[in-house]
Parts: sequence; structure tokens; C-alpha cells
Amino acid sequence: MHIPDGYLSPQTYIPLYGVFAAAVTVAVKKVKKEVSARNIPYLGMAAAFSFIIMMFNLPIPGGTTGHAVGSAVIAILFGPWAAIVAVSVALIIQALIFGDGGITALGANCFNMAIFMPFTAYYLFSFFSFNPARKRLVYFGAFISGYLSLVMAAILTGIEFGIQPLIASSSDGKALYCPYDLKIAVPAMAIEHMLLFGIVEGLITAIIVRYFLRNEPGLIYAFRKGGKNENE
Amino acid sequence: MLSGKEARMRMNKTQKKILIVLLLLCLLTPVGVLLPAFFNTGDAWGEWSAQTVKELVGYVPKGLAKYSEVWQAPIPDYDVNKKDLSIVHRSGFYLVSGIIGATVTYLIMLLISRLIIRNEE
Repeated sequence: MHIPDGYLSPQTYIPLYGVFAAAVTVAVKKVKKEVSARNIPYLGMAAAFSFIIMMFNLPIPGGTTGHAVGSAVIAILFGPWAAIVAVSVALIIQALIFGDGGITALGANCFNMAIFMPFTAYYLFSFFSFNPARKRLVYFGAFISGYLSLVMAAILTGIEFGIQPLIASSSDGKALYCPYDLKIAVPAMAIEHMLLFGIVEGLITAIIVRYFLRNEPGLIYAFRKGGKNENE
Repeated sequence: MLSGKEARMRMNKTQKKILIVLLLLCLLTPVGVLLPAFFNTGDAWGEWSAQTVKELVGYVPKGLAKYSEVWQAPIPDYDVNKKDLSIVHRSGFYLVSGIIGATVTYLIMLLISRLIIRNEE
């Protein structure tokens, strides 16, 4: 899901850089207000976790490869705003040091995986898992939140790829950037994430949420704040 | 003796456990090279090189050609010598890249968090 340089037109990547900059500005303010200093080590680990989990390329036999992102579980445990910062750091390091994801596409990649995905995951989780006492529903909600947020982020990435032939083609009809249109890019991105990578994201989300619910239940952001059980 | 700030930064038991799990995950990163190699799968969708795009659609889109070389990463694709295609070389450098990348990410995120968060609670 890391869009390389050259696949997005400036008409696409410049606005997405703008959205990314705005989101980070708000995220920094929110994290300052919401996150306790005791959780600073967790934030470092969350960013590192996202970096590492994205290195586990999984094959779809006869097809392509892909990976989980880790945004969903970070959003549930530490809040979507902290997830923006943590996953963006991982994506920036991947782009700058390892050329994984483009520099021009960095705003777009952060928008898809570090902004859209954690917020989608967070709201999905809050919808299903509003009561920490109903453990099965919590694990189910965590799985669904990981699965759907990754699939939806993949579809969003497919849309960004797929609109390129509409935005920019040369006079002979050849694409200037991503050559595949919506009819190809969206199903390609959606199907592979629905078949495999989304399931992996769902499973790691559920497993880690379960671990925290058993060991550090008071820490889980989704149950402290914004959850429907909140009585404040 | 720890200063107040250091005590505040000290990790609790759960945090230490998670750090160990992360280290183990780092050591497992070569799986990310070995599994795709075993199943002989291609690049991730939409992450092809300009050369591969040419093979797929018959031409290199002009903008793609222009932008695709805009940044030369120090360790491109988690590898340093892309001519050596042996699986041992690739998974070895993937592992080293994983450790470097995860460590840098961890430290930068800690630094940023410390700069942002001043809430003592």
C-alpha cells in the first residue's frame, strides 16, 4: 500500500500533503492533551511495531504481496491522534531510509495508512466494543476494526491510483502516472486485502487488544475516552 | 540514583515484555522475504519499478519516468547490493534493515513524544 514516486500526479499528492500537514498539527495538540507521560514508552513501541509489522510481506500465491499496518490496534489502545503521529513516523522512516513509498507520495501514504485507517478503525471499534465487560464482543470488534479499516484504506489507495488516468493523460491517450484506472485499481487493491492482509490486521488487532484488556485494562484509550460507556 | 524525569521514563513490566516481543519480531522479519520467495509472488500491487510497468502496459508513463528517480534512499528496498539475489543475502539485509529501521523509528517516536507530552499526571 506504499505508493511509490511517479504514480500520483501533483494534483493528487500536493492536496494530500496539505491534509497530512493539517492532521499532524491537530494530532500534536491532541496528544499533548490526551496522552500521559507514563505512556511515552508505549508510543515509541507502537511506532516501532507499525514499522516491523509492515515488513512482514505476505504472499498471495499466484499474485502479489502485501502486509498489515498496525494502525488499528494503535488507535484503539492509544487513540487515533497518537496513531497519526506513530504510524507517520514509521512511514517517513520507511520512505527516507528504505525507499518504501515515495517522497512525493508521502502525504498520500500517511493519509491512507496513518490518518484514514486509524480513525476508521477507532470508530468501528467504538461501535462494536462499547462495553469492556463483554469480552467476546470486544475481541470481535477489534478483529472487524482491523479487518475493515485495512480493506477500506486499501480501497482508498486504489481510488488514488485509479483516478490518475482521468486526471493526467498525454495527447496520445497514454497515462502520465499510474496507468490503471478505477475499474482495475480498486478491485485489485480491495480483493487482496479482503482475502489475506485484512485478516492478518484483524487478528493482530484482536490478539493485542485481548492482551491489554487482561493486563492493562485501564490503559485502553477507547474505553477511557469516547467509548459509549463513558460516564463523564 | 535516577532523576525524577528518568524515573518517569522507566519502563514497567508490561512495557519490558512488549519490548522483548518487538525484538523477537525484528528477528523474524526475514519471513517477509522468504515467504514471497517461496510462493514466487511478484511486487505489491502498484509498487512496480518503471521497468516492470513497461513490461505490464507496454510503455513507461512520462510522469512516472520523471518522478520515479526523485529520491535515492540509502538502503533501497531494505537491501544494499541489489545485484546479489541470493536468498541468504536478501533475508540477511532485510533483517539488518529491520533492526535499524525499528530502532530509529522507536527512538524518533520517543523523542517526539517527550517533546510533545509534558503532562505529568
